[in-house]
Amino acid sequence: MSEVELLNWLRSTGLHISIAIFVIGLVFRVVQNLLIGADKNLAAPRGSKMGPGLATIVRRSFFHPHMTYRGYFTLIAGYLFHLGFLITLFFLSQHIILFESILGFGWPALPPAVIDVTAILGIAALIAVLIHRLIDPVLKQISDYQDYLAWVLTMFPLATGFLLMHPMGASYSVVLSLHILSFELLIIAIPFTKLSHMLSIFISRWYNGAMAGYKGIKQ
Amino acid sequence: MSSKSERATQVLVEQIDAPIASYFTSCVHCGMCADACLFYNETGDPRYTPIYKLKPMRKVWQQEFTLMGRLMKMLGLSKPITDEELKEWETLVYDGCTLCGKCSTVCPMGNDLVYMLRKMREGMVAAGYAPDGLKGAMTRAINLGSPMGVTLKTLQAQITRTEKETGLTIPIDVKGAEYMLLLSSAEIAQFYEIIGAAARIFKQAGVSWTLCSEAFEGTNTGIQIGASDLAAELIERIVAGAEKLKVKAVISPECGHAYTALRWEGPNLIGRPYPFKVIHILELLEELRLQGKLKTKGMEEQRLTFHDPCQLVRRGGVIDPPRNLLKQVASNFVEMTEHGMHNWCCGGGGGVSANERAHPLKAKVFDVKKRQLDELSVTTIVTACSNCRNMLDEGLEDHNMDIEVVSLTETIAEHLDES
Repeated sequence: MSEVELLNWLRSTGLHISIAIFVIGLVFRVVQNLLIGADKNLAAPRGSKMGPGLATIVRRSFFHPHMTYRGYFTLIAGYLFHLGFLITLFFLSQHIILFESILGFGWPALPPAVIDVTAILGIAALIAVLIHRLIDPVLKQISDYQDYLAWVLTMFPLATGFLLMHPMGASYSVVLSLHILSFELLIIAIPFTKLSHMLSIFISRWYNGAMAGYKGIKQ
Repeated sequence: MSSKSERATQVLVEQIDAPIASYFTSCVHCGMCADACLFYNETGDPRYTPIYKLKPMRKVWQQEFTLMGRLMKMLGLSKPITDEELKEWETLVYDGCTLCGKCSTVCPMGNDLVYMLRKMREGMVAAGYAPDGLKGAMTRAINLGSPMGVTLKTLQAQITRTEKETGLTIPIDVKGAEYMLLLSSAEIAQFYEIIGAAARIFKQAGVSWTLCSEAFEGTNTGIQIGASDLAAELIERIVAGAEKLKVKAVISPECGHAYTALRWEGPNLIGRPYPFKVIHILELLEELRLQGKLKTKGMEEQRLTFHDPCQLVRRGGVIDPPRNLLKQVASNFVEMTEHGMHNWCCGGGGGVSANERAHPLKAKVFDVKKRQLDELSVTTIVTACSNCRNMLDEGLEDHNMDIEVVSLTETIAEHLDES
């Protein structure tokens, strides 16, 4: 397979396969969790589940006054990474062309200079969280191979994408192939790793809030 | 895999429900739960990070419920849980956790970590990995009816003493009374004044109540050690007593975990709703206050604070009643910086107080309470849990702190306007 053939396969069949695994896998993962079920609560309720469940989905996104440096660092770096990554993914003109070819519609792009900033922000935040994970005693204690695997899988598309925008002598088609391949690997990995928090976070927050709401615990 | 670790695995698989599977799926290993853990905060030992305490359960979840985990297990890259692991985790899960639930309030993923830790204890104890102190309390609760070995005879002696002191008749086994009052072992053994306090308040408010000779103890070591079958048996005794006396409601005593056990876990443990209502004594006092039936006179004028029992407040939802009640009889009530939902545990909840092995650690983690109290310079701590009372008394004594610890119900009773 030549360089061009590989690139074409990655852009068509490869992309379709990875998107299918991503979507079906992630939905399956979450539905599979839900299907385990939970026993009906027989204790007389003091409050309701739905409202507090939904409120918790929103509330846990905020900073709160009881956080320590670890909390602030994690949330600030976490927000910077997610914002940098998602803005770069959804607002780079080349990405929008790809989304348009799949979805049938597009949206306005951000100027390349802005995307440079968001990409660098994403990369810098990722590097910061990795360093934090390597030196913080709590994070060292609780980290396993998946945490590092997820990091590599997330960093790779960002780094190769940055190289595409700022060529440093490598073959454009090779870097583009690597960029697409790395993105496909990332989305394939999502349903099988902790990256599936992108969907399950809503379920977890809801359960926590709903259980507290049922007991009438005002948060 | 030994038969013990196999048993633990089997029970843990049974414990994993949709919420737990979702929680493990969501965890990104950010470590923020560590900051809410009493034990991590006071020792700095990262092994007390709540999600780390759940590691064996997480392993079982990965190996039995996820594709990656199953694959890793098949390839021999991930090993089943071992006896050594369970032995090590016994100290993390029982000695280094009071089930206070502060971790569950901070997880950015929304994970209810203490819900998971409570369930993990089921697997631990099923395989025999639980502290001897707690096992002993469990045996006494089942055989004698009280984790501290308090019997009906002890209660009867305290009733006689109370009747002499108050001149009131303490009702016992009165059929058709509206409320059946439960007590904790520590109340019967050490803080019997609560019986007289309740009797005086109920007399003034015209509450029809009784004690029950077959079900007077509200504590539940079963939910602390993680043995649902034994926890259910203790609940069944209360249900039988309440049904026999045909009461409309059972009053949960000033004891945090008794409330969680009876109010929130009980019906689920026995598999059916109760034919009566469960109300915490502070909820009842608050109802009486709102109905104008709780008449008091005079105020406590010294600087005092309220210590929130975790199971009553953070995990139980009784947050405002103690504050409203206290304000009726105290003019100089100040809150700790972190209070209510965010309060720090006394260090002896979740069975830690019954686990002698954990006592040096328990004494160490009291430092946070000391700092909270030093900030306030109070002379009195009011609380609503006899276990917290004991833990606070011990901690204050260790640090030579001259602060009085009192019960909220007793404080109210002292100001009762009986004229």
